[in-house]
Amino acid sequence: MAVYLARRLGQAALILLGVSFITFFLLYVLPADPVRQIAGRSATAATVESIRRQLGLDQPFLVQYWHYLTGLLQGDLGRSYLQKTEVASLIASRLPATLQLMAGGIVCELVLGLGMGIAAALLRGRATDQVLMMTSFVTVSAPQFVVSLLLLYVFAVQLGWFPIGGYGTFAHLVLPAVTLGIIGSGWYSRMMRSSMIDVLRADYIRTARAKGLSRTRVVLRHAVPNAILPVIAMIGIDIGIFMGGIVVVESVFGWPGIGQLAWQAIQRVDIPIIMGVTLVSACAIVLGNLVADLVAPLIDPRIRLR
Amino acid sequence: MTKWLVSTALALSLASPAVAADYQPDPNAKPGGSITITYKDDVATLDPAIGYDWQNWSMIKSIFDGLMDYVPGTTELRPGLADSYEISPDGTTFTFKLRPGVKFHNGREMTAEDVKYSLDRVTSPATQSPGAGFFASIKGYDQMMDGSATSLAGVTVVDPLTVRVELSRPDATFLHVMALNFASVVPREAVEAAGGDFGKQPVGTGAYKLAEWTLGQKLVFEKNADYWREGVPYLDSIVFEVGQEPIVALLRLQKGEVDVPGDGIPPAKFVEVMGDPAQAARVVEGGQLHTGYITLNVTVPPLDKPEVRKAINMAINKERITQIINGRAKPATQPLPPSMPGYTEGYAGYPFDVEGAKKLLADAGLADGFETELFVMNTDPNPRIAQAIQQDLAAIGVKASIQSLAQANVIEAGGAGTAPMIWSGGMAWIADFPDPSNFYGPILGCSGAAEGGWNWAKYCNKALDAKATEADSITDPAKTEERMKLWSDVYMGVMEDAPWVPVFNEQRYTMKSERMGGADALYVDPVSIPVNYDYVYVK
Repeated sequence: MAVYLARRLGQAALILLGVSFITFFLLYVLPADPVRQIAGRSATAATVESIRRQLGLDQPFLVQYWHYLTGLLQGDLGRSYLQKTEVASLIASRLPATLQLMAGGIVCELVLGLGMGIAAALLRGRATDQVLMMTSFVTVSAPQFVVSLLLLYVFAVQLGWFPIGGYGTFAHLVLPAVTLGIIGSGWYSRMMRSSMIDVLRADYIRTARAKGLSRTRVVLRHAVPNAILPVIAMIGIDIGIFMGGIVVVESVFGWPGIGQLAWQAIQRVDIPIIMGVTLVSACAIVLGNLVADLVAPLIDPRIRLR
Repeated sequence: MTKWLVSTALALSLASPAVAADYQPDPNAKPGGSITITYKDDVATLDPAIGYDWQNWSMIKSIFDGLMDYVPGTTELRPGLADSYEISPDGTTFTFKLRPGVKFHNGREMTAEDVKYSLDRVTSPATQSPGAGFFASIKGYDQMMDGSATSLAGVTVVDPLTVRVELSRPDATFLHVMALNFASVVPREAVEAAGGDFGKQPVGTGAYKLAEWTLGQKLVFEKNADYWREGVPYLDSIVFEVGQEPIVALLRLQKGEVDVPGDGIPPAKFVEVMGDPAQAARVVEGGQLHTGYITLNVTVPPLDKPEVRKAINMAINKERITQIINGRAKPATQPLPPSMPGYTEGYAGYPFDVEGAKKLLADAGLADGFETELFVMNTDPNPRIAQAIQQDLAAIGVKASIQSLAQANVIEAGGAGTAPMIWSGGMAWIADFPDPSNFYGPILGCSGAAEGGWNWAKYCNKALDAKATEADSITDPAKTEERMKLWSDVYMGVMEDAPWVPVFNEQRYTMKSERMGGADALYVDPVSIPVNYDYVYVK
């Protein structure tokens, strides 16, 4: 186990290194000059060159990357080009909001997705199943922006049940979390449905029914727990897609998380912030996958970590 | 040396030929209350040497003061922290007498040393100020830029309340420069205490002080009870909520949760808002010092031929383009917006004349047209405007393919000179200060045509450059009219060479809640963009 963990952590470090290199390279070749954004429209060529030199952006790519990397290894994410604030403190101030939204969103997508999947599997082939699977198809394909605005309009503006965007109380969390839940639920409902159908065909379910257990008891005690585990294990793998949705939802609901931070940094080519948020997100994804793998054998003893 | 100018008359005559008095406080205004303003984008910084964004421009104006200022709601200069000033006959030495007893938010009294420190700071390369170039006429600027000096040779502290600024050349715009946010007076100890992040811990002399800043969520400004201007500000506090989509802000305004949506009315909602009398009544319309234009790169054949550029000028249906943005603009005839001094009245611009344009192209040997590229920023309504331009060009046989890119990429292509044509929407020039010279140098002059500059037409007419320099050397306020005539000539010369198609001058529309008081002009202030927070009040 210790060996396994050490190897996985080593792999994680390599992945993060790769992510940092690729992102840094993409930002380097991007046909947009961060110095122009800092220097503004009235700057003279001399000012532009002076800023470029101070930020080390006149150096060859590998030298720039090396500087970034050595800073990173000392825990220094640098300062924002445009805000002049340390990137670490910018991210730290926004991370709690994003984590809160992630937690809320994951709970919502599981409740919705698993519920729909179980119902569809039990009513397989009937109208309900078809309606549910059609719904899951729609939610998977619906643009996040549209779902967000629709919920905002109906439940906050028209019905006035929730605040119109913003952050702070539980009421603020409901709509953005439900939006993320709806967007993600389609995926889980389809997986849960097929997982349930597999389990319901299994011998031990037939045995349970044969020994006279009620259908409800079989479903709740035997089928659902067995079917749900592989689906739950998918959360870690799903986090990457989930983070993408967060950027849009944060933007519509005015949720002050790292998604908004990243979005605005991308507009202005604020490289240190883009790098910082990318690395933090990559960490979340790598950790999510690692936890999913570590949890898998606990859920299913047939899986062994090697 | 000429006489001391204790009144504002000179300042005003410099800014505009119109004679105007200082601001008359609204008799109905009453102090107190708190308002909520929203913005989509986060506030990056409140450092006056750095901030250059839509949302932080007037916030900085409310926290800081410069030696010069503008009469609220107008483009007319008035003294700020300067009590009076004196200009030498040759126009190169400005001596400012400071207002005594002005205190920074930290309680310390502001002195001439602070003025010097602030000018040294903004021109220091280490500050990386986007506004440094505005101070290029101060003696010693070049030494600051190349790092051979750490203090501007031209700025001298005469006594604690007197500061003298010497220029290396006469600069008629210098008082405007001293009214820019970049010239705000900051206290050295607060800058140093902030450790490189003064923008998050600003300390000024302004009408409001920063009370609270939750990064990415909101900023709270609190009234500066010791403010040196009598009677203002009226509001006890202002809450700025950031990260709010304009459409969400509008919904919240309708529910009474927001007083001013800082980003204005979202384009998609404009017709609906203006069609509803109750909502339209709360919209304030005003001009702004803005021109939207198409740049024609004079170094890319066949756009290097003036006839071709004139033909394109005649091919564009500007009326139709203003309709695309629901009439939120007026067709433009020349680079300067109509409310700018130096605007040429009576000049009709190139007519919309498809046949005439075709004939010009034929004369240039391009009867069959040609292929080119039109770069445009990829946010609505700009791609739609680009399509209209594309259709207009097609009508005279010019096939333009549209390159719709992120803002930073369009700016890059423009600066590198690789874009034959650019529609300026989303990046268009809004004047930094209300003077015709601000529309020339960086975007039409030879200096801006260098690699990476904002003169995307890469247009450089040395004769016009000389005329522009001549105009800005006229510092005698009595000769303002002569100076404006020269500027008018410069822009008419530009139109003759046709490196641009001036398309429209955008109007500004600000929406406010019912309880907001104060003259309409404060909500479309041409300088304190978008709203002059110091003078508005709650009814």
